[in-house]
Amino acid sequence: MYKVKVFITLRENVLDPQGTAVESALHSMSFEAVRDVRIGKYMELTIEKTDQDIDDAVKEMCERLLANTVIEDYRYEIEEVVAL
Amino acid sequence: MKFAVIVFPGSNCDIDMFHAIQDELGEEVEYVPHTADSLEGFDGILLPGGFSYGDYLRTGAIARFSAIMPEVVKAADAGVPVLGVCNGFQVLLEAGLLPGAMRKNRDLAFICKQTQLKVENNTTMFTSCYEKGELITLPIAHGEGNYYCDEETLAQLQANHQIAFSYHADNPNGSLENIAGIVNENGNVLGMMPHPERAVDRLLGSEDGLKLFQSIVRNWRESYVVTT
Repeated sequence: MYKVKVFITLRENVLDPQGTAVESALHSMSFEAVRDVRIGKYMELTIEKTDQDIDDAVKEMCERLLANTVIEDYRYEIEEVVAL
Repeated sequence: MKFAVIVFPGSNCDIDMFHAIQDELGEEVEYVPHTADSLEGFDGILLPGGFSYGDYLRTGAIARFSAIMPEVVKAADAGVPVLGVCNGFQVLLEAGLLPGAMRKNRDLAFICKQTQLKVENNTTMFTSCYEKGELITLPIAHGEGNYYCDEETLAQLQANHQIAFSYHADNPNGSLENIAGIVNENGNVLGMMPHPERAVDRLLGSEDGLKLFQSIVRNWRESYVVTT
């Protein structure tokens, strides 16, 4: 089995209105040192071992569904775990 | 002319769309569920607004993998008019039938109000009953209508006159270049955030949406119906 962690964030050149709102809230809490807030998504997938290369599979999942690559970047971590 | 209104789980403007076609436009229309696997016999495909699959993951992201979508793509490739309104537009973007993507509205709020639009291109099959530059009033109702595409795509949209409608005077959601609706390169797929189907009767506050549907029918008749 694999445990896969997927991190999705808006691309750097895409304005993040949620991040901007949170940034100004942090400033009003007097964390003036905060320079930038980017809000993203975190997903955990548990995937069975098959013949297909796990890296290829996760990449395809990200490209076709989990991220919209027009506005989002993704990265992932794959960890092999022993099924109980 | 016979229209299909695609119904996804969470569509909520399907009945408005059906009403606009049947009662105001006076053309044939049928609901087609997302599970169907054929669009044979339909002359126009309508993807209505709503919250397909609860907007989970991203708006339109899951609807795009419905059983009916390969048929929508096939129809679009064959030149059949395909109109996506609001969530329907978001589905068309996710499906890659139109370029770009939607971000959350600039002010993060769901906006539901009448907006003034400018007809940027009246030579498309969806806009030929309007005047170029005509100002029309249609309602919007969305949380993610903040259209985005990269510079290269925007340059293509402008060069090919693919921007059909833009917000006039006031940009409600922060969309790039005030874009409210775009067509594909072939001109037979239109995606727009404002709701023409909710503006087909004076009772509804505007009937400016009717000409959009009339344009589709007029164009279809000119192309396919032999007049004697």
